[in-house]
Amino acid sequence: MSYIKTLMNGEQGLFKSDSLTRMQKITLRFVVIGLAYYGFAVIEGMVMRLYEVKPIPGIAPNQFFAIMTAHPLVGIFGSTYSIVFGAFLFLVPFLMKKPLWSIRMANWTCILLAVGTFIMWSAGFVSHYAPLYTLYWPLPADFNQFSVWGGTFFIVGIAIIMLGTVFFVINVFKTIVYTPDGWAKQPAGALLGSALGVSGFRNLFSRKKKEHLVPLPVAAVARGTVDVAFNAAIILFTGVLILVYMVGSILGYDLKESAVDALLYKNWFWWGLDLIADGLVLIFVVGTWYLLATMITGKKLFMENIARAALLVELIVSWTVWSHHLLSDQAQPGMLKVASGEMVTAFELITQGLAFFITLATLWSARPLKMSNPLKFLLGGLMGFALAVPAGIIQADIGLNRILHNTQWVIGPHVHVAVLVGLSMTLYSAIYILLPILTNGARLYSQKLADFHFWAHLAGGIGMGAFMGMAGLNGMLRRSLYINGEFNIYMILAAICGTLLLLAFLAFFYNIVMTVGLKGVIGIFSPAKDKTTDLIPAVKVSVKETEYEEIPAIH
Amino acid sequence: MIDSKEVLFGQTLVYTCYALVILALMAWFGYKITKPGNNNPVKAGLFYTFVGFLTVLGVSLHIITYNTIPWTPMDMDRANIKADKVFNITVASHQFQLPSEKLIINCHDKVLFNVSSGDLTYGFGIFRSDNSMVCQMQVVPGHKNDLLWQFDKPGIYSIRSTEYSGPAGYNMVLKDVVEVISSDE
Repeated sequence: MSYIKTLMNGEQGLFKSDSLTRMQKITLRFVVIGLAYYGFAVIEGMVMRLYEVKPIPGIAPNQFFAIMTAHPLVGIFGSTYSIVFGAFLFLVPFLMKKPLWSIRMANWTCILLAVGTFIMWSAGFVSHYAPLYTLYWPLPADFNQFSVWGGTFFIVGIAIIMLGTVFFVINVFKTIVYTPDGWAKQPAGALLGSALGVSGFRNLFSRKKKEHLVPLPVAAVARGTVDVAFNAAIILFTGVLILVYMVGSILGYDLKESAVDALLYKNWFWWGLDLIADGLVLIFVVGTWYLLATMITGKKLFMENIARAALLVELIVSWTVWSHHLLSDQAQPGMLKVASGEMVTAFELITQGLAFFITLATLWSARPLKMSNPLKFLLGGLMGFALAVPAGIIQADIGLNRILHNTQWVIGPHVHVAVLVGLSMTLYSAIYILLPILTNGARLYSQKLADFHFWAHLAGGIGMGAFMGMAGLNGMLRRSLYINGEFNIYMILAAICGTLLLLAFLAFFYNIVMTVGLKGVIGIFSPAKDKTTDLIPAVKVSVKETEYEEIPAIH
Repeated sequence: MIDSKEVLFGQTLVYTCYALVILALMAWFGYKITKPGNNNPVKAGLFYTFVGFLTVLGVSLHIITYNTIPWTPMDMDRANIKADKVFNITVASHQFQLPSEKLIINCHDKVLFNVSSGDLTYGFGIFRSDNSMVCQMQVVPGHKNDLLWQFDKPGIYSIRSTEYSGPAGYNMVLKDVVEVISSDE
């Protein structure tokens, strides 16, 4: 097949977008949008990496900080939320063996995430509204530094994302508990109890053990979704508060900023923000590890009941750890610093370590395994969290925080290694394993590109985190600028690793485009011919080169 | 008091060793997983031992640092410790206002930096001339922000805001304004 034909029609012309169900299309749309925004975040990251070496002519510092504000939000909401929500809106009905409650609502989630992220991103770029994602009061309402109109659009963009998030939450829980038309009545309360861990908790104290009604990965999705809901509520509430000040300013009223207590604001904001970083991300990732390990090995999960209980512990831990972000706030009560900031946070070492062990033990029991793309990326993801979680535990210590807080250590070995190596490689593993299911058997264009993607991403992610960490240990702050080249050695090395990450992404993106073809990419966004609620087609379409077996529809 | 640079050196050493062990472990696991095995499940005892190890590690980290990093107990008990010197510093409009042009400190004295903000949330950090950090705290408007510290080496230090306070914030540096002198001088 010629290069042009492959570019247009995909590898061997195997991918036919016409054959996709509505569910496959919506899932692939989430993935494409998520990957596009990941590309945004990588390019923004590279611009900042270069700027940290030497300020780029034409980009003023306020533009730099606008990029720094947009970068994590585009990464979290535009990219990660899109990919994760898309995957879970497919996997929850897949594992529950019933249709998604509302495909229309799933479509709206996808649209709202895409549009909201773009509005938020462009508002920052056009107006340079740059309060950073931490938004420490009263900075977001400081109209001496920022345009009130830019801020208004920024907050509206975030609010739209949160609306899409609320739709996701409703759809997940309704799918777990509802009774599809023509089915026998489903035990909604029992299903919800099983998903949230209530029945499992009761089992601990009951002689008559009740069977778990939802599979373990669905329990992980449900528990992570609880944190998604709480986080959306906090961000929406905070957004409304900031909007009140912005609308007041637009109408000519100068509202008193001291009406809001800055420390209280910081507490509730970190409580909400940590539901992402120390809540839903960890819970979703662990659930995905378990699912991937069982899919790769075809075996039951090692210590399944303990794994299920640990997910509940992780959920509760995620509600009580926020104070580790306030260890350098001297007015924060010491009791909160020790109990929430140090001790409860240390539980994350236990819950994540336990999940790490369970996943490895499950894989170990199925030796020999082929080093497939899903397996190697899963191992990369496990390694990322094994490196990043202890780095976080170290800084969540009153003594060490005094010399690490807000340094590049926090954002390098902890955040970037967790997100780029731990989270992203887990998501890549899921994408590689779901690709044949979602595309009705499309074949990957190049294994060599997939191998390059793996090694370049792994080396780039760990290397960048390591060099940022070294800079942090030598005093380099995050959220700042060093225009005299004080930390250039580390920043140049980090930029080289960032380049590897960019090349890895480009290789992956090119590989996927060549796998499904440009026509295929466009076809994903056209309405599906299959109007059923099936997850995959009842009978696979025949493809000229290959004969496919019949695959039953999942109802 | 032990210098924060020495604590950071220890941390670097421990974390680097840990990272190398994890990299080696995952490489070994990745190799072994492709080779035939006896397919026996991993023993539960090993799992529970690992969980126990993590529990001990998580809790002991803070107990060890509390007992080895001298500024931790000093910080927790600072309300009951009488400082040898107090510096009242204000911050507003991205400017530090010091009580004097230079803050002169005697070696081994306990010094309290009392910093208040008139508008935004800032940071207050003390840095060596090689840009490495001695210590820092957050400066939250409307609240008491006090940092008790003891310098045991003579030297010249700079003050820098350690928290983002808008694009103007990265310029908040006062070079060489803290001077620690030997008690004999």
